[in-house]
Amino acid sequence: MNKNNKKSVGFILLDIFYITMAILPLGVGILLKLISTPPSDGGVTISGARVFWHIDISSSNFLDIFITEAQINSVLVIITILFVCLFLTHGLKQKIWLKRQHLAEIIIEKVDSMVADNMGEPFKAFPPFIIAIMALSAFSSLITLLGLFPPTSDINIVGGWAILVFIIITYYKMKCGLGYYIGGFMKPVFILAPINAIGEFATPVSMAFRHYGNVMSGAVISVLVSYFLGQFSTLLFGDGAISVFQVGLPAILSLYFDIFSGCLQAFIFAMLTMLNISTAFDADEYERRKKKKLEKKPKR
Amino acid sequence: MALAIGIILGCCALGAGIAMIAGIGPGIGEGNAVASACEAIGRQPESKGAVTTTMIMGCAIAETTGLYALVVAILLIFVAPNTFIPLLAKYVPVA
Repeated sequence: MNKNNKKSVGFILLDIFYITMAILPLGVGILLKLISTPPSDGGVTISGARVFWHIDISSSNFLDIFITEAQINSVLVIITILFVCLFLTHGLKQKIWLKRQHLAEIIIEKVDSMVADNMGEPFKAFPPFIIAIMALSAFSSLITLLGLFPPTSDINIVGGWAILVFIIITYYKMKCGLGYYIGGFMKPVFILAPINAIGEFATPVSMAFRHYGNVMSGAVISVLVSYFLGQFSTLLFGDGAISVFQVGLPAILSLYFDIFSGCLQAFIFAMLTMLNISTAFDADEYERRKKKKLEKKPKR
Repeated sequence: MALAIGIILGCCALGAGIAMIAGIGPGIGEGNAVASACEAIGRQPESKGAVTTTMIMGCAIAETTGLYALVVAILLIFVAPNTFIPLLAKYVPVA
């Protein structure tokens, strides 16, 4: 142990600051939930995200701005992830002296190899985007463990991510020229163009629905099962008895629906993003066009 | 009026139930996928990782139709009554 391996006071203080800032947003979320939840009558409630703030712009409901629980929770998750990342990358050195650097390197290497396997050479710059989507999705689903509303069970949040992915897909399809992009709809016969256009829009819709449906159905099934078990024990032991049947089974369901399914959906969303983007880009055609352009240019 | 609201609620519930028949397809499809994956792993145990990843991807895509049905059912149960009953009150004169 030389003196390089000792943490200075400033280093420890910064560490503590990062950890506090990572935990603080979650605390704020729980506080907001406690304040805004109306007293329940004990019945079963399945509701969407609570609307905190409603800005009236026009008479129609369509253009109004809603600030909902899902949006606020997703911003809180983003802040948490930011400070977790800052904490993990704090004090990086070529000669590893902190345990957290191993974790950070494992994550980066895994994602790098995953992107290299699935997307290939032209997409070397994509790992940050993929890991960002994956972390956001996983943390957003895991936030249910704290009793908060998961942003991923709101179609608006997941739909936003899917639209972002759709824009990237379209950008890579247009990289070979606008004519080539429009010509792509005419394959194999030009009559199929409308169907191909619908298929184009089905990609983001199916991505958003898949993620939203999985998280949402898990939440609904958990609530229904625990309500049913509560009713069952009321039936057997009378009103006001401790519902013994509620012990156990909901926890196992939560283990599956909240932890396993949440992480799996994050992985699947990132995987589909990678596959869709990499299949959208026609690398051979792009190379061919590039070569043609270079040949056309007058040599100096 | 009460009868009309009752019919709307009942038909929404019926529609949700009928929509979830679509759950059969993904069930069979995913079962086939997992069976094939088990066979593949049994034949070539060293390719377990790749097979599992591909299988999970395939299952996720096969699940899509079932999830569409689920979304339709959830919309029918939680959203449709709140949309249709005000419309009924607005456009149908009270007898």
